[in-house]
Amino acid sequence: MPDDPLPGLVQDATGHGMPVDAGTIEMAAVETGPQAHRRRRNGIGITGWLSIGWLALVVGLAVLAPVLPLDDPKESITAIARRGPLADAGSAPGHLLGGDFNGRDMLSRLIWGGRTTLLVATLAVVIGFVFGGALGLVGGYFRGKVDVIVSGLLDVFLAIPAVILALTLVVILRTDPSTPNAGGVDPTVALILAIGLVSVPVLGRITRASTLTWSEREFVLAARAQGATHRRILLREVLPNVLPAMVSIALLGVAVAIVAEGTLAILGASVEPDTPTWGNMIAIGRINLQRAPHIVFEPALMIFFTVLALNMLGDVIRAKFDVREGAL
Amino acid sequence: MRTIARRLLQLVVVVVLSTLFVFSLLRLFPGDVADAVVPFGTPQQKQQFREDNGLDKPFFEQYATWLGNLLHGDLGKDYQSNTPVSEKVTAALPVSLQLMLYAQIIALAIAIPLGVFTAYKANTVADRSVNTGAFALLALPSFVLALALAYFVGVKWRPDLPILGQIPVTGYEPGWLEGVFGEPTGDIGHHLGTMLLPAISLAAGLIAVYMRLLRSDMIATLQENYITMARSKGLSDRRILWRHALRPSSLTLLTVAGLNFGTLIGGAVAVEVIFGIPGLGTLIYQAINARQVVELQSYIAIIAIFYVVLNFVIDALYVVLDPRIRRAHA
Repeated sequence: MPDDPLPGLVQDATGHGMPVDAGTIEMAAVETGPQAHRRRRNGIGITGWLSIGWLALVVGLAVLAPVLPLDDPKESITAIARRGPLADAGSAPGHLLGGDFNGRDMLSRLIWGGRTTLLVATLAVVIGFVFGGALGLVGGYFRGKVDVIVSGLLDVFLAIPAVILALTLVVILRTDPSTPNAGGVDPTVALILAIGLVSVPVLGRITRASTLTWSEREFVLAARAQGATHRRILLREVLPNVLPAMVSIALLGVAVAIVAEGTLAILGASVEPDTPTWGNMIAIGRINLQRAPHIVFEPALMIFFTVLALNMLGDVIRAKFDVREGAL
Repeated sequence: MRTIARRLLQLVVVVVLSTLFVFSLLRLFPGDVADAVVPFGTPQQKQQFREDNGLDKPFFEQYATWLGNLLHGDLGKDYQSNTPVSEKVTAALPVSLQLMLYAQIIALAIAIPLGVFTAYKANTVADRSVNTGAFALLALPSFVLALALAYFVGVKWRPDLPILGQIPVTGYEPGWLEGVFGEPTGDIGHHLGTMLLPAISLAAGLIAVYMRLLRSDMIATLQENYITMARSKGLSDRRILWRHALRPSSLTLLTVAGLNFGTLIGGAVAVEVIFGIPGLGTLIYQAINARQVVELQSYIAIIAIFYVVLNFVIDALYVVLDPRIRRAHA
């Protein structure tokens, strides 16, 4: 067999390597067969539009944050400290979502926090998309020794649970305040690089598996028979077909990256605690959970709805382009 | 047999590569490792630290010594409290293993009936509403659920509910697995109480994944000829579902559930920190914040080895369980 199975790969009935690591399966499990077909017939459906609407709103607010008439997200107004939208002691007039424990306007912090969180998540997935995609394409297309090296590399990355790898990378990469001369990069860059590197093997696996099947198709053979170069075949014949699978996984990847930012924030490994992100807001608000739960639950709801919307959109794309689990 | 031998070789290669990866990763730590691990040590102490950990030797010699020590159970030292890392691991490992086990049990206990039910009722209103619920559950990060449970069970509903009021929200009581590791065990009832909320937080996301996997595999199985055969013999739907269709449909589910033991460690870090559970996740969190690079290196290597070996075992089990794969290899 040309593609030797590595640990973590199970051979399915057709002899193709089927990735069975939890991350891939979790993502693959998002698809539901019959619903998918129904949706394909009816366009993207109401859930698709709702998801796009929510994402447009969140992204729009994040992009426009500097020009919107918002309070300074770092300015304290003592009167609204710990006042929530439904606080028993009366809400905070003029501050729709209340204030955090320092009296900083929650609405403003949610929008500015969304800006940082979404930027980090998107850039991280772009890293995964480019590098994972390139590795997967090359491994799946050339097979043989190249594939063994590529798959082995991805397996080594996958041998360490994503959260723990990302956590380690953040700590290694970022400048430590106690030893500023020791080197390292800006914490935001460190966070993007860490989450990005962790997403490389996930996207690499998907791309490789998808490339394996598409490379066997007749039109690839035809192109090869006509004397097309490998580069041309990869970019013009294989890539366009693999792209829908990559995009749908990348959308889910952004969702996973948003959750990862939150998890890392709880562990004190997001951007500087002073800068609002959804994760940082939750991590800091945790201390006041008993007295002012809205400080934690407002950003938590933002994460929930954004992740939900991204998952649904990824699902819709899968259905539209008929990205089958069998092909993954 | 040849396949097994070949995979064993691959296993060794991946173990070596991933530990090498962990090892070199932490060599990238900015600045002098000695400054990070023993920040207030005298120059002599720092020199001692470098010699103890062989930092003055060439890279591959360092790696070989470190891996050798690791395989012999010498995991280095926590230079803050001056305790051997192996002692800390012995105390924390049973805690994390029990947490993961409970999370898996809760997830499977809920996901299997739901998966069977939705496959049986595929494309009905009931199926669709359960699926929608699962979709929502997938979007709920475990740390968010953990905080919600901590707030609602621990604060908001606490005075009104007689049973929920008994559930502890922080703290930990040793359970039964500690006994195996030679650690003191505790009151099982209280132990389960302390583990309930963390286990639910971890299980929720898994329920959605497991249910969907089982559902799609089950729908495929229900279209097989032998199911039609069983039906024509007049067997009851219940018997067909549970006795004939479940076992062949559960392969992927079991694989994923097994592999999840590795990934759960990652997910458990935040949950352990939120609920104050002294497991491996909490140790990693503390090691990172105290910049104990040597200690951290051991934890990550242990997890990586555990995960790779687990992968291998499940892979092998898969071949044993499904005769079709066995034949494809022969």
